[in-house]
Amino acid sequence: MNLTLKIWRQKDTKSKGKFVTYKMPDVSPEMSFLEMLDALNHKLIGSGDDPVAFEHDCREGICGSCGMYINGHPHGPVPAVTTCLLSMRHFSDGDTITVEPWRAKPFPVIKDLIVDRSAMDQIQIAGGFISVNTGAAPEANSILVPKKNSEEAFDSAVCIGCGACVAACKNASAMLFVSARISQYALLPQGKVEARERVRAMVAKMDELGFGNCSNTGACEAECPKQIRLVNIARLNREYYKAY
Amino acid sequence: MALAGLFLILFLPVHLVINFMLLKSDPLPFNKAAQFMASFPLIRIIEIVLISAILIHIFYGIYIQLVNWRARPVKYAVQIRTKTSFFSKFMIWTGATVFIFLVIHFFNFYFMRLGLVQGNPEDFYSVAHSLFKIPAYNYIYLLCFILLGLHLYHAIISAFQTIGLNHRLWTPVVKAFAWIYAIIIPAGFAVISITIWQFR
Ligand code: SF4
Ligand code: FES
Repeated sequence: MNLTLKIWRQKDTKSKGKFVTYKMPDVSPEMSFLEMLDALNHKLIGSGDDPVAFEHDCREGICGSCGMYINGHPHGPVPAVTTCLLSMRHFSDGDTITVEPWRAKPFPVIKDLIVDRSAMDQIQIAGGFISVNTGAAPEANSILVPKKNSEEAFDSAVCIGCGACVAACKNASAMLFVSARISQYALLPQGKVEARERVRAMVAKMDELGFGNCSNTGACEAECPKQIRLVNIARLNREYYKAY
Repeated sequence: MALAGLFLILFLPVHLVINFMLLKSDPLPFNKAAQFMASFPLIRIIEIVLISAILIHIFYGIYIQLVNWRARPVKYAVQIRTKTSFFSKFMIWTGATVFIFLVIHFFNFYFMRLGLVQGNPEDFYSVAHSLFKIPAYNYIYLLCFILLGLHLYHAIISAFQTIGLNHRLWTPVVKAFAWIYAIIIPAGFAVISITIWQFR
């Protein structure tokens, strides 16, 4: 199929970016979105142009680096996939696809589609850990965890820190991300010990970095590639009140 | 934000019930109720809480909105296409309309009682009736209540989530309740104004 790509190009953080239009003929529906961009870059390099910078690593939906804003959706229009797993078969011949970087004050553009997501790491560093070495897996009966809790903790632990929730949110709020991290620990006995310090520190860091506030709009839940749910945000709120 | 909002939500049906007395041809019950609200000590305390709740809600609402606007300095070229809670996107504007209405409302009634505006605070019944006879006042009144309904719908769902209550079984009930509440309360106020305007 033949596509028209409108891609945000920006030399570095300081320069003003703009959209550049590229014609992309013969895109195979079997390509992933990133492979399609690879093909574009191949062409650009061949003609001596600067290739489009985009972040990627695992290309299997687990590292969270490949975020980009495609036609008004973080990670593209298909629910529950990352850009690297987004298949080109979801687009049709003749489509124009607009690709933008994440837009949020704490995510400055580094180059083209790459933004600096270290704000997410800073929140994580503020409290997203357990201070002592919890050792190897304990004997199953020595610490009992209800099945429901272990499953919910796991469901929130699958957050890959991609930042799509921030990108989707009209307020650029990081609440879904933080709530996933908080829930993962709050639901398990090992995490309970430091629960109060953790939630205070992570929320304070989130606010300090200039993320917006949650208005319970739900765009994050709708766009999260790992389907982290809003119930986590309610739990984060509960944990926060408990910490004071 | 959520707690102040929930308190304001609770106040609405009380006000609505008193307003229904406006439909009686005898002004006495309404005026008595208004007098009672203005003089009973416990209610005076609640009044202070109410005014504080309004102020907290407004100031906090504006503050949060400003932070939120600042959090995305560069907008997307393609509008966000995510399906979300629609009314949540206009809370600041529906809220602003309700605020404008409150200002008018305070000028018409509350300030009269405080002696800041001319009029007879003993007879709010006649004041209300004469206001509802003005068509323009009715249009503004109805518009404000429609927007209040839109505000309430998201407000109720959102307040529960903010205070940390989200439950597999109960959240759908809260959502249904929000729908009903957001329709019934404004509809109640509207029925009163339209009845007086058209039939009295
Ligand atoms: S909550 Fe979802 S959208 Fe947000 S960072 Fe985690 S995986 Fe990405
Ligand atoms: S490249 Fe790792 S999640 Fe997409």
